[in-house]
Amino acid sequence: MWGTRPRRSGREVVNVLYVDFTRYFEECYHVSISETYVRYRRTLGEDPLAIGVVLVALWMAWALVSGLWTGGIRVSSLASLVWDGLLRGLIIGLAGIGLSMTYSILNFANFAHGDYLTSGAFAGMATSYLIAGIGENSVGALLLVGAGGSVFGGAIGIGITTSPIAVVLGALVAGVSTIALALLIDRFVYKPIRDESGIALLITSIGVAFALRYLIQFVFGAGVRGTTAAGSVPRINVPAFDGTFRITAHDASLIVVAGGLMLGVHLLLQRTKLGKAMRAMSDNEDLARITGIPTERVIRTTWIVGAGLTGVAGYMFVLWKGTLGFNDGWLLLLLVFAAVILGGIGSIYGAIGGGIVIGLTASVSVVWIPSEFGRAAAFMVMIVILLFKPEGIFSGRTTA
Amino acid sequence: MSADDLRGRFGGLLDRDVTLVLAVLGAVYLAYVLAGVAFGYGLRGQLNSIANLTFYIGVFGMLALALNLHWGYTGLFNIGIVGFMGIGVYVTALVSKPPVAQGGAAQVGGLGLPLGVGMVAGVVVAGLFGLLVALPALRLRADYLAIVTVAFSEIIRFTMMSRTFQSYTVPDTIDLTIAGVQLFSFDPTADTIGLGGGGGLILNYPDPLEALLRTLFLWEPYMGFVGFVQRTLIPNNPKPVIDGLLYGVLLLVGVGLFYLLLSRTGKSPFGRVLKAIREDEDVANALGKDTDRFKLTAFVLGSALMGLGGILWYSSRGSITPPSFRPNITFFVWIALIIGGAGSNTGSFLGGAIFAGVLYEGPRYVKNLVETAFELGDAPRNFGEAVAAFGSLDPVPFILYTLDSVSQLRLVIMGVVLIWLMHNRPEGLLGHRKETASSIDLSRPSGEDASKAATAADGGENR
Repeated sequence: MWGTRPRRSGREVVNVLYVDFTRYFEECYHVSISETYVRYRRTLGEDPLAIGVVLVALWMAWALVSGLWTGGIRVSSLASLVWDGLLRGLIIGLAGIGLSMTYSILNFANFAHGDYLTSGAFAGMATSYLIAGIGENSVGALLLVGAGGSVFGGAIGIGITTSPIAVVLGALVAGVSTIALALLIDRFVYKPIRDESGIALLITSIGVAFALRYLIQFVFGAGVRGTTAAGSVPRINVPAFDGTFRITAHDASLIVVAGGLMLGVHLLLQRTKLGKAMRAMSDNEDLARITGIPTERVIRTTWIVGAGLTGVAGYMFVLWKGTLGFNDGWLLLLLVFAAVILGGIGSIYGAIGGGIVIGLTASVSVVWIPSEFGRAAAFMVMIVILLFKPEGIFSGRTTA
Repeated sequence: MSADDLRGRFGGLLDRDVTLVLAVLGAVYLAYVLAGVAFGYGLRGQLNSIANLTFYIGVFGMLALALNLHWGYTGLFNIGIVGFMGIGVYVTALVSKPPVAQGGAAQVGGLGLPLGVGMVAGVVVAGLFGLLVALPALRLRADYLAIVTVAFSEIIRFTMMSRTFQSYTVPDTIDLTIAGVQLFSFDPTADTIGLGGGGGLILNYPDPLEALLRTLFLWEPYMGFVGFVQRTLIPNNPKPVIDGLLYGVLLLVGVGLFYLLLSRTGKSPFGRVLKAIREDEDVANALGKDTDRFKLTAFVLGSALMGLGGILWYSSRGSITPPSFRPNITFFVWIALIIGGAGSNTGSFLGGAIFAGVLYEGPRYVKNLVETAFELGDAPRNFGEAVAAFGSLDPVPFILYTLDSVSQLRLVIMGVVLIWLMHNRPEGLLGHRKETASSIDLSRPSGEDASKAATAADGGENR
């Protein structure tokens, strides 16, 4: 019997195996592709939640169209909300890349990620203050980012046009210091328990978040301070049908920085072996290790890329919104989680896309609901995604 | 192994648990009394300090026990505890506040029902919200459930703060008339009702303790006792002190009830299924248990208990504001549970007590002790001034600043303790005693002895 069997080429064998496996899978689980489709339709038919989501979407579309038609919603204010949401989304996406990468490669949800962002913002702003204000103010007050109202960002003229060198160096220091911090914390906190479960690491990261956030408060004080010379930032008013909306120089610099960094990460992961190694690791760490991938080095690179982006995101966030407080990163963290989950954990494009969707949701949702619930709406989007498509809307495209 | 042997072992276990709890509580209380002596407190000050400590031991013990039902027994990673607490106490306030708005135009009224009704309503509504969260969320992986629950608790806080729900004017009569036939007519007593927005709610219902004592017809004897204390021990206004002590004792009784409820639940067939779900949900499912249902029930019960914990914590406070319900409280309860050891009810309570005594209240006492021991001047205003003094080799300003910021550093210490625990003792004080899903003892006798010895050693040193 065996002897008479014709020899197959490698590709044929693979095809046969594939067909066999598909049949085996279908037999085992009594499903087929068409059945899956039917099941989806049935879910939509039976699940009251799904109907609810569809109804809400219809109501929102109707309210928007009728609002625009009757003039209850002005086109210019809508454009302004969309613009704000887009920029917010870029920050969330930039910070989300790092969270997504550590989530998929180290396999835990890092609750300290928001506080990395805050650390970057403080380190960067301290640098900017120092460069912009040296000579007229005490070094200590500048390094503490004007703790207790000793120096004001507006007075020393922090801004992309008024002190470009201070801002560029600030952004650089924000990235570098956050990388240093992340590597330090990884070495002493996460590395010793690398093999523990994701939940153990998550709980540990809550400890890191507490320690970091309140150390920042200990050093820099609890007050929220204004950091930029908001009045002297150049702006243009863009006409929009029935009014104008505003674009400032800080909006533009945020877009340049975020876009550039996202492109850079894309190239880094596409053109180097690193992206492939990362994908391999997020699939199966043991397998990656026996294939000869230096897992510890990949982890270190992950932290470097992720933390660098997060630090810069924190700095650009503070430059853009013009205020800085020790709680900023923590308050942003849940939105970043929402973005990462929306985009699919492990996918950097998902994080960027998810960030923009979440940013837009948080800003534009005030058209339909009271403004206090903008963030709540973003959380609801995340919860809905988790319920219906927990693998994310950009699933299937993992890192690079 | 004879039956006597087994009984003896059980007796020993019980003895040791009681001894352990008493030893830990004794040590904490002793430390506080000694600190009080050092501060030169009189009887009144000592009693106040003890009442305060007991209060926090009580609430953290209760919340840790409720969380143990979620995480220790069922393996549900809930980090939305503070949301359920907030729901409990806000609903209690809405139901029990007097109908006529008092305390200025900004304040809203309530339904004016008795406090007991309000508390029951708070617990029930917290449980219902638990159902609302759990129905969809229990299909999720543990880390997703964590993110959903913390997002839920933030949504609750946004709702408390929102202007939209701040105040509603209630119509004088609510009529439901269809086709000329009056189906329903209701005359609500409330004028305005709402969540109070960012300003929060003034809890201007009768004091919970007084309401309880009046219901039990113990108010007159209690006032007599207060008068007796005033004549003999504490001459000026002893009532707040005695109130505090009594409330603390009642909280400890509450902890005892929580403990009984949860250990009975844990030992019941229901509890065994929960533990099986924690160990391996697929196996429990394969054995014919409807795991979703069990998880749902456990989640709702735990949420209701968290609501009760919130009510007991905040309802005697005079007022509630949304910032009290930040996620930090959730993480406090988690740290308490991890100190004690998830999976063990005794451990949960011990964790709550140690957390309350050492990490939550302790740093403030250390600060006061240092300030009493050394005559120190004013603390510098910020970190810069504190560090600047190092230039002239003077560490005192830095120490002063550190002491002054003890309320923030307390959280840094908590974070570091959490990291240390996860590195060195992730099972906590008594977590190695995590009850297994099987109803009979599966471990070898020799192994059992070894673990017992470990328990004794821990009880001795880890305080």
